[in-house]
Amino acid sequence: MPRKKVDPLEVLATTPLAKAVASSSIGKSVATKLGVPPAVELRRGRNNPRGAISLAALSNATLVGSTLALLGRDTINVKVDTPDARTLGDSGRPVPPGYEGRLGALVLDLTELRAVKDLEYVRGVLRPAIRSLERSGRVIFVARAPESYDELEPRVLAQGLDGLNRTVAKELRGGATSNLIWVDPETRPGGLASTLRFLLEGRSAYVDGQSWRVGVAEVSDDVATTDRPYAGKTVAVTGAARGIGAAIARTFARDGATVVGVDVPASGEALAKVVNEIHGTALQLDITLPDAGERIAAHVAERYGEDARLYGIVHNAGITRDRMLVNLDEKGWDAVLQVNLMAQLRMNELLLDGRPGGLADGGSIVGISSTSGIAGNKGQANYATSKAAIVGLVRAMAPQLADRGITINAVGPGFIETEMTAAIPYLQRQIFQRSNSLAQGGKPVDVAETIAYLADPASAAVTGQVVRVCGQALVGQ
Amino acid sequence: MTDHTAVVVGGNRIPFARSHGAYRQASNIDMLTAALDGLAARFGLAGHRVGEVVGGAVLKHSRDFNLTREAVLGSSLDAHTPACELQQACATGLEATIYVSNKIRLGQIADGIAGGADSVSDAPMAISDGLRHALIRASAAKTLPARLQALSSIRPGHLVPDPPGITEPRTGLSMGEHQALTTTRWGISRTDQDELALSSHLNLARAWSEGFFDDLVTPYLGVTKDQGVRADTTMEKLSKLKPVFGRGEGATMTAGNSTGFFDGAAVAYLAEAGYAAEHHLPALARIVDAEVAAVDYTLGGEDLLLAPTYAIPRLLERNGLSWQDFDYYEIHEAFAATVLATLDALSDETYCRSKLGLSGDLGEIDRSRLNVNGSSLAAGHPFAATGGRIVPTLAKLLHQRGSVDGRPARGIVSVCAAGGQGAVAILEAC
Repeated sequence: MPRKKVDPLEVLATTPLAKAVASSSIGKSVATKLGVPPAVELRRGRNNPRGAISLAALSNATLVGSTLALLGRDTINVKVDTPDARTLGDSGRPVPPGYEGRLGALVLDLTELRAVKDLEYVRGVLRPAIRSLERSGRVIFVARAPESYDELEPRVLAQGLDGLNRTVAKELRGGATSNLIWVDPETRPGGLASTLRFLLEGRSAYVDGQSWRVGVAEVSDDVATTDRPYAGKTVAVTGAARGIGAAIARTFARDGATVVGVDVPASGEALAKVVNEIHGTALQLDITLPDAGERIAAHVAERYGEDARLYGIVHNAGITRDRMLVNLDEKGWDAVLQVNLMAQLRMNELLLDGRPGGLADGGSIVGISSTSGIAGNKGQANYATSKAAIVGLVRAMAPQLADRGITINAVGPGFIETEMTAAIPYLQRQIFQRSNSLAQGGKPVDVAETIAYLADPASAAVTGQVVRVCGQALVGQ
Repeated sequence: MTDHTAVVVGGNRIPFARSHGAYRQASNIDMLTAALDGLAARFGLAGHRVGEVVGGAVLKHSRDFNLTREAVLGSSLDAHTPACELQQACATGLEATIYVSNKIRLGQIADGIAGGADSVSDAPMAISDGLRHALIRASAAKTLPARLQALSSIRPGHLVPDPPGITEPRTGLSMGEHQALTTTRWGISRTDQDELALSSHLNLARAWSEGFFDDLVTPYLGVTKDQGVRADTTMEKLSKLKPVFGRGEGATMTAGNSTGFFDGAAVAYLAEAGYAAEHHLPALARIVDAEVAAVDYTLGGEDLLLAPTYAIPRLLERNGLSWQDFDYYEIHEAFAATVLATLDALSDETYCRSKLGLSGDLGEIDRSRLNVNGSSLAAGHPFAATGGRIVPTLAKLLHQRGSVDGRPARGIVSVCAAGGQGAVAILEAC
């Protein structure tokens, strides 16, 4: 079969610099010639794919089908590319079978993956689906976690899916994403539902090429299917006055939460605007105070009653003091570690000791890691250390909190368009924005939606996970 | 009688800023709205229908005839919240607090907000009476010749605008000039005045650094702290300032021991005790009682700013308390000498007998209980905003103190005002 000739211009067009030039007004005409696509407007919010959902269940696996049924999502029959199924196209070449109209999502249930020959089925269902996938469409792999197998072959294959998923994510266009969920053999539809729903909906717009685990938890159908999972629940958000924190506060409020917005006293004016808009309450507080956790709990108990408990806390507050290590003194080093890490550790300890207004059993904690922490970043030794430590924190505390039904997770934002990142010089910013598979920066709401998914009572089976919200950034895992 | 109890839930103000500075573009309505929004955020009042919002401004544009209601409409409070404009010069905020607490105690409202705003930077400028009369006559005229005739009465001198006055209309003296007379009469020394000013600055600075105002103040337009406070001031610096009021030996009042011009807004949130408990609102202090008095400073020659000396004994007697029965004294520092003259007058037997009709003087108080977290000399004094600053500050102090010798901690607020008036109120810790 003749191979497609590689056009050097096309290769050049995919470099970050070319994409950066492409989105500048001067570079527009050049960009058109180079063929750099403009950033696609992503589907966001609680919106489902427009097109149909195709379900590919290997060896009659049932977990995903049952989960989609629980969520009330209809599916269509999957198209499989086999030599027999191909037809001759206009040019006389064989064409794989196609879907009628655009496909909204392909969901692969690979929980019965056993042998390498099974992967041919995976290829067979991916090929037609990717050709038909709509803008902001979805490919979702659901497989058993590698460690859940005793036998070697399925175990290594389950790990192999990680590379497949990341590659699919890179090959998809038009804002479509691909993600992989590793489940436990005991995972039930109720436990998987919130994750599947998040991935199908626009809420996961900027989560791409990621893999994370869903474990085992009892989740009732009502909890799994509600649009307002936080109704009657109080959630505290630190750093809520602006940017990502304000988006988090608004997103939780949209989903029914009573939000306690926390920020430093100096940010009180902006904080008041946010909490008044969402009918929450403001707490002007420096979270590095030793008793910050106590003050948050006291605010909750005072404002919402002695029996009131926090359902969740989002540790969003963070600072940067960027310096190359050769220029970094002890002040810049410690300030970042205090705010981004130690404050969180201290607040968790106080909020978890059962005091009035503290964290309820069955509640959740979400922290913010960062691509910088996962991949390292020049000039951010302090920040990267603190953010990688958040990954450690989440992994260490998840098993400790499991018997109280409290989940702890983190998000890892990539390049998010905020006031803070707007200050980055133009060309550099363009490069950052474009250096990911979706070729655009994320919005604060993308981080917020992922946090709200992780903290959701329906996500009781999701704990100890770090989900990156980076559009599959070129750096890091 | 009813069994309703009015309690102070909390308060909010914007930092007080030097006039013609950070808030120069902000109107009274803007600042009052900001104060209300910060309060709403603190207590989750967005969309809530408050019983009534009461307050006002001293320096006011005629277009702001419905200042308080306009501020409510611009805030995040439910638009069904009624508002009333009330003004009693510098005592506006305290009088508004008394008004709201009375309505709560009568069971007419369950919660209410009291306060005020004042901007020297955005002060109204009036046209002269001559020009105004000519324009009114012209607009009332029915024919063109009559209109022209009316306008022809305008003289060049009429075109000079009238700046807002802070002089007493009946005496032509400014407040500082009035106080200078009082200062001389009571023989208040420069050193005593400067010492009071110094402790006001040091106390306020300490309170800020301890985070006392973290839940009493919301930043505004980039200002995060009161601009008047000088943590580094000293007696030496204060003693170098030149007197600005009074003459000769009586010239002891300087910019350091007199309040300057400030812009700001402050509100206190009050509620009925049961309502507060039911709605998970903190009860910091109970409004026990209040008294307003006035002095005859025009023909009677009394001290313009010593009206509180009349109110205090009446209030004490009604409540069976002595002048020494308070754990905190919040006496508004219009001038350092006002506070000192007030204290001197109340411990002066002749004054208490002849002026106040008492059988003797009230005695001295423990000065360490006076304005413990600073007052107007350091914080600044945007006239109508001062009551809304003091009431929540005192309520929080009382609540933190809790009880003293088995009884609730007790405090008194005293605010003197233009027109020879003074408002005083007693609060008790909850």
